[in-house]
Amino acid sequence: MVDIKKITAKNMTDKEFFFGHKACAGCGGSLAVRLAMKVFGEKTFAALPAGCMSAVGFIFPQMAFLNNAIISTFPGTGSMLSGMRAGLDALGFHDTHVVGFAGDGGTADIGLQALSGAIDRGDRIIYICYDNEAYMNTGVQKSGLTPYGTKTTTSPAGKNLSGAVTHKKNLFEIIAAHDIAYAATASVGYPQDYLNKLSKAARVNGTSYIHIYATCPTGWGTPTETSVSLAKEAVDCGLWYLAEYENSTFKINRKLTKPELLKEHLLKQGRFKHLTDEDIKVIESERDRKWERMLEKWG
Amino acid sequence: MLKPEIKNYVTPKHIRDYPTGPSFEAGHLVSINAGWRTFKPVVDINVCTGCYQCYLLCPDGAISKTDNKKIEFDYSFCKGCGVCAHECSFNAISMVKEELTK
Amino acid sequence: MKTQMSKQKVFISGDEAVALGVRLARPHVISAYPITPQTIVVERLSEMVEDGSLKARYIHVESEHSAMSAAMGASAVGARAFTATSSQGLLYMAEGMHYASGGRMPIVMMNANRSLALPWSIFGDHRDSLSMLDSGWIQVYVEDAQEALDMTIQAFRIAEDAAVLTPFMINLDGFILTHTYEIVDIPDQSKVDSFLPVFKTPNKMSLEKPKSMGFSTSPADNMEFKYQQHKAMLDAKDIIHSVDKEFGKTFGRSYGGMIDSYNCEDADYVLVTAGSVTGTARIAVDNLRSRGIKAGLVKLRYLRPFPDEEVRAAAGDVKAIGVLDKDISFGYEGTIFTNVNSALAHLSIRPVSINFIAGLGGRDISIKDIEGIYHDLEEAVTVGKDKSFAKVRYVNMGVEIDG
Ligand SMILES: Cc1ncc(C[n+]2csc(CCOP(=O)(O)OP(=O)(O)O)c2C)c(N)n1
Ligand code: SF4
Ligand code: SF4
Ligand code: SF4
Ligand SMILES: [Mg+2]
Repeated sequence: MVDIKKITAKNMTDKEFFFGHKACAGCGGSLAVRLAMKVFGEKTFAALPAGCMSAVGFIFPQMAFLNNAIISTFPGTGSMLSGMRAGLDALGFHDTHVVGFAGDGGTADIGLQALSGAIDRGDRIIYICYDNEAYMNTGVQKSGLTPYGTKTTTSPAGKNLSGAVTHKKNLFEIIAAHDIAYAATASVGYPQDYLNKLSKAARVNGTSYIHIYATCPTGWGTPTETSVSLAKEAVDCGLWYLAEYENSTFKINRKLTKPELLKEHLLKQGRFKHLTDEDIKVIESERDRKWERMLEKWG
Repeated sequence: MLKPEIKNYVTPKHIRDYPTGPSFEAGHLVSINAGWRTFKPVVDINVCTGCYQCYLLCPDGAISKTDNKKIEFDYSFCKGCGVCAHECSFNAISMVKEELTK
Repeated sequence: MKTQMSKQKVFISGDEAVALGVRLARPHVISAYPITPQTIVVERLSEMVEDGSLKARYIHVESEHSAMSAAMGASAVGARAFTATSSQGLLYMAEGMHYASGGRMPIVMMNANRSLALPWSIFGDHRDSLSMLDSGWIQVYVEDAQEALDMTIQAFRIAEDAAVLTPFMINLDGFILTHTYEIVDIPDQSKVDSFLPVFKTPNKMSLEKPKSMGFSTSPADNMEFKYQQHKAMLDAKDIIHSVDKEFGKTFGRSYGGMIDSYNCEDADYVLVTAGSVTGTARIAVDNLRSRGIKAGLVKLRYLRPFPDEEVRAAAGDVKAIGVLDKDISFGYEGTIFTNVNSALAHLSIRPVSINFIAGLGGRDISIKDIEGIYHDLEEAVTVGKDKSFAKVRYVNMGVEIDG
C-alpha cells in the first residue's frame, strides 16, 4: 500500500460531522462514529440501522449528521449500503464513501445475512460495527456479541446463572472468512490505531469492515469518564484485541500486555459485579484459549 | 462552517410546512445539550500543552482547538462526561460542579 | 382497448413483457431475488445487463429483505430502482415495504401473485399482495402481457410524480399471466424516453444539500407524516388518470385509469374482478348478454388507492354486485369484498352484494363458474329480499362443505 499521510489529533479536520446528538454522556459508540466521519469527510453517505446511534442522531427536527445519512432497517444495513453504492456509481458519483455504522446486534445477529451478501459481492462500502456488547437501544438485552458472564436484562445474574452463558461470537473471523478485502478490529481506547484503520478502509477498492470496541457507560454500569480508559484496558488485559485481515492474511497489531488486569477490569463494571472467582476463571481460560489460537495462527 | 449552529425552528402550522417524507436538512440542530451536565470541564491554559488528546476523545466534539494551540470547550454541547479530564496526561482539565443557579 | 399497433410485435410471456418494460424505463439499479413464478423477469433482466442492452447495476442480493433494502438505498441517493418478487418473498420484504412507502421512495416492483404457505403452493392467488394492501404501495393488477408491459412504464411515471412519490407494485397472476405467451407490442425507446423523463426527486441525498433521511419522529410529528403519505396516495388517483390518458395519446393504448368497466351502463348484475380472471369473465358476460341477461363487469385495476367513487359510479345502481376474491381474510371474508362494500356503504340504496371466493392456490375458474356467479346474483335478488342468503360463497370447491 502506498504511504498515506497519517491522520492524527493534530492534523485532522476541525469539522464535526456527528454533532449535537443525544447519546448518553461518555458514549463510546458516538466517539467511534465521530472519529470515523472526521476521517471519511463530507463526501460520505452513511446508513445506520435501528440502534443507539441512529436513535440519538435523527430525532426530527434535530439532525446530528452533517453529511448525507439515513436510518436503515435493523436487518438491512449491508444491502442498503450496496444499493446506495450502486445508485451513486450509476449516477457517476464514484468519488464518495458509503459507510455503515451498526451496533453489535445489528451486525452479528439480525444484520449478518445482509452484511455477508455485501461482502460476498465485494461492494465498495465501509462497514463499521460499534460493539457495545448488547442491544442497548432496547434496554440492554443480550446479543451474539455479549461476552460470557455479562448481566443484561435478558441474561440476568441470579441463583442459577451468572449472566450470559455463551462467549462472544467470533465475528471478526467470520467476516474475514469471506476473504474480505480489508477487515480490522479496533477500540476507542486506542484511537490512533482506529484512525489508521479508518484511513486504510477509506482506500480499499472493495468491502472493508472495522469492528470497534465501544464502551457504553449506561449499559455497562461504568463511570462516564472511564469510557476511553476502560476500552484500552479491555485490549491490555486481552478481552479484546487489535488485529487486521488484509491480502488474505491475519495480523495481530498489539500483544497481550497486562493479562493480570483481567479481574480488576471486570469487577469495576456493573455488568460484571456479580462474577465469582469461578466465573472469572471461565472468562480467563476462554481468553487464553483465544490468544493461544490467535498467536499460533496469526502470530 | 465547522459545526452546525442552532437553527431557529418554527413549528409547522400547515401540513405543507413539513418536509416531503422523513427527509430533512442535514446538521439541522434545534436544541443544545448543556442541561445534561452536573460537572463541567475547566481547562488551565497554563498547564495545557496542546496535545489535543481531549479534543480527539470527546464523544460530543465539544472541544475545539484555539489559535494559541490550546483548547476551549463548547459548553452548549458538552455533556460533562469527564472523559477529557480523565484522559489529559497533564491534568490540565478539572471537573467543576455546575452551579444550580445558572 | 388495444387500438393502433406499431411495427414491433413480439410473442412473449407476461414475465418477459415486464422485463422489456423495465428495460424501456431505464432503471439505474435492479436488486432482486428469485422466486417462482417471478424468476423469468430477473433472468431476462440479468441477460439484458450482461449483453449491455440495459445499462443498470444488477445487485445479486441474498434475500428479498435485502432486495427491498438495496432498492431503498438506491432510491435514497436519487437512482431509479426496480425489484420483483412473489408470495413468500413479498412477505419477507414486508418491513421494507412499509419503510419504502413511509420514506416516500418511488421504487417499482413486479409481484407475481402466488399463494402463501402453508400448505405450499407455487400457483396463483391474490393472498400475497392483498396481505400487503396496507403497506402504502400503489397496487395495480394487470390482465394480460401487454398491460403488464405498459403498466411497467406507467408505474415509474406515476410513482415518481412529485405529488405522489409513492412506491408502486404491478401484480401479475402467477403462471396464468407470468408464463402465458401473447403477442405484445413493444413501444419505441425514444417515445418512452420522452414519456418517462429522467428520475428527479426532492427526496434524496445530495452533495450540495446533504440530507438526513429515514429519521424518527416523536408523537408530536408522526401523524402529520402519515397523513401526508395518505394524501399522496389519494392524490395519485388524478395522476393515474392523466398518465393513462397521456400514455394512450403517445402509444395508442389506454386502460381506463382506476377501473375498466364492461357493459355496466344498463347492467342489472355486475361482477367485480381483479387481474387475469377478467378475460374469462368478459366471455361469460358476452354469453349471458346473448341470452338476454343484463350482465356487466368491473375490473378493479387499482386496489390502492381504492377506486371507491369509480365503483359507485359504475355499479352503484345495479340490482346485485358479486365480488370475486382470489383471497380470503380468515375469519371474515374476501378482502376486495370488504373494500367494495365499504365503497357501497356511502349509497343510500345499496345493491345486494355477494362475495365469491375462488381460485385459491391456482384452482381453475372457468367461464361456466362465472356464469354460475351471475346466476347466484340473479337468484339472490329474487329470493334475497325476504330470505337470508350466504354472503360469502366458495366457487368450485372440490367437496361438499355443508353442515
Ligand atoms: C426487525 C427489528 N427487530 C427488532 C428491532 C428492535 N431493535 C431496535 S434497536 C435494537 C437493538 C440494537 O442493538 P445493537 O445493534 O447492538 O445497537 P445498540 O442499540 O447497542 O447501539 C433492537 C432489538 C427493530 N428495530 N427491528
Ligand atoms: S446506551 Fe450506551 S451506546 Fe446507547 S447512547 Fe447510551 S452510552 Fe451510547
Ligand atoms: S489533553 Fe490536556 S494538555 Fe492536551 S490539549 Fe487537552 S487539556 Fe491540553
Ligand atoms: S466533559 Fe465530556 S463532553 Fe464535555 S468536553 Fe469533556 S469529553 Fe467532551
Ligand atoms: Mg449494541
